[in-house]
Amino acid sequence: MTLRPDLAIIAANVAAGSRVLDVGCGDGALMAALRDTRQVDARGLELDAGDVAAAVGRGLSVVQGDADTDLADYPDHSFDYAILSQTLQTTRHPDLVLENLLRIGKHAFVSFPNFAHWRVRASLLFGGRMPVTRLLPVEWYATPNIHHVTVDDFRAFVQGRGITLEGSWFLSGDQRCGSALANLFAEHAVFLLRR
Amino acid sequence: MSDDPRYGTGRSVTLPGPLRLDGGGLLSPLDIGYETYGTLAPDGGNAILVCHALTGDQHVASTHPRTGKPGWWARMVGPGKPIDTDRYFVVCSNVLGSCLGSSGPATVNPATGKPWGMGFPVITIRDMVRAQAMLLDHLGVGKLFAVVGGSMGGMQALSWAATFPERVASAVVIASAARHSAQNIAFHEVGRQAVMADPKWRGGDYYADNDPPAAGLAVARMAAHITYLSEAGLTAKFGRKLQSRPEKPDGAKTFGFDADFQVESYLRHQGLAFVDRFDANSYLYITRALDYFDLAEEHGGLLASAFRGSGARFCVVSFDTDWLYPTSESRTIVHALNAAGARASFVELRSPFGHDAFLLESPELDRVVRGFLEAGTA
Repeated sequence: MTLRPDLAIIAANVAAGSRVLDVGCGDGALMAALRDTRQVDARGLELDAGDVAAAVGRGLSVVQGDADTDLADYPDHSFDYAILSQTLQTTRHPDLVLENLLRIGKHAFVSFPNFAHWRVRASLLFGGRMPVTRLLPVEWYATPNIHHVTVDDFRAFVQGRGITLEGSWFLSGDQRCGSALANLFAEHAVFLLRR
Repeated sequence: MSDDPRYGTGRSVTLPGPLRLDGGGLLSPLDIGYETYGTLAPDGGNAILVCHALTGDQHVASTHPRTGKPGWWARMVGPGKPIDTDRYFVVCSNVLGSCLGSSGPATVNPATGKPWGMGFPVITIRDMVRAQAMLLDHLGVGKLFAVVGGSMGGMQALSWAATFPERVASAVVIASAARHSAQNIAFHEVGRQAVMADPKWRGGDYYADNDPPAAGLAVARMAAHITYLSEAGLTAKFGRKLQSRPEKPDGAKTFGFDADFQVESYLRHQGLAFVDRFDANSYLYITRALDYFDLAEEHGGLLASAFRGSGARFCVVSFDTDWLYPTSESRTIVHALNAAGARASFVELRSPFGHDAFLLESPELDRVVRGFLEAGTA
């Protein structure tokens, strides 16, 4: 089973044997990979009941819940890593979700599609339409992405909040790309943070 | 199949006890009716205890001796089923206070030679669990691979994990709660008052002439049965449809008080069928045990403390139309499990059938239970 590229980056950088909370874990693909390849004690939080049933059905510990409301119930530093992959832009209060993530995990992985990628810009600039791309595949009225964010927005947020940046990875297609022009050329960003 | 007379369906045992009760006092000896399915592994590591609900029984996957109906969870427990009796050794026992082979108000008090009646001590969910632990000792089961239950069975599963943390590897808690709410208690009080208002109840001393308070118990069952269903389910099944009559196949109002509406006829049938298989005093005692249940109260008021000593995995399931033990009750359990650092899974499943959904066909529930249990065997 091949992991999505951003998940593969996260999986490769999680310390073996650690405790992980995957927020928005979907059907548990990352959790299962972490459990099977890195002996990680993984827990998940997922909104969709069908995904939760699938994850529990594969033997994972997943709680149905909402990142916007249910993270408050997790104790401080109860996990080595809290992971939020492809979920930040769907939350109602991304800033609060991030603060909770950094409170619950000693480290936090955050991945999101970059809204400043050149193809997104071109779509708006030349087409005058909300972009529908590979990573943003849904029309404006149906998209779950309600808080679009760019690589530079996120960098500014991290700096402004005094959050420690421990690592960053950028993807164009399925290939890694450089940090310098990431805001223009990265389709997808992965950040490792700590408070 | 084992030749050991302790194992199989339709078993009963009298244990010496004594069982120390939460309400004070000792119970001794102790009768327990139970069934086992499958084969206990040589290392004893494949035992699953299935806990039944308020009016349930030990016939989880075998034909009920009085009603002739299939076991109440035959779709969940059996060869190849999610609780697979080809792999697991499954135990189900009639709870303390009930009336299908375990000590309760209808059994004989050895001190008097007569049925206990209301002289039977008031019991708790934890007392039921302690009695089950004594049964497992008798059966040679040390640590449970899993304890599984819906409704009151889920409360027993929670109580097991809290009372015997070293004996529970995993717990499945379906359509349940960590305490009885005011509304839960209120509905039970209606049922108890219906029984006690029946002149045939006679302070619970009705066994001698075999003339029990059937009318009162039937009303109690009718009221309770409504809480097991959903408004949408009742509407879909009955709506305002009228009962058909020989002269009026589509039904007609009688301008009287017969069961004009189909839902009335259905409830009356539920009430009457129930009194054939259940003892009125047992109904009083078990509803009381449910009302007293508050797992947090037993642990200094903090539910998370109930799970601190537990290394068990937990699987909590609710149904979206269950208003008897709604999803919020399950979330309370999950929050406490998270706070205690326990390995917890939780899912709210969709069903139109209300609280009863856990007993009915549900492929999602099957998948969750099967997957959760299999994860423990790895």
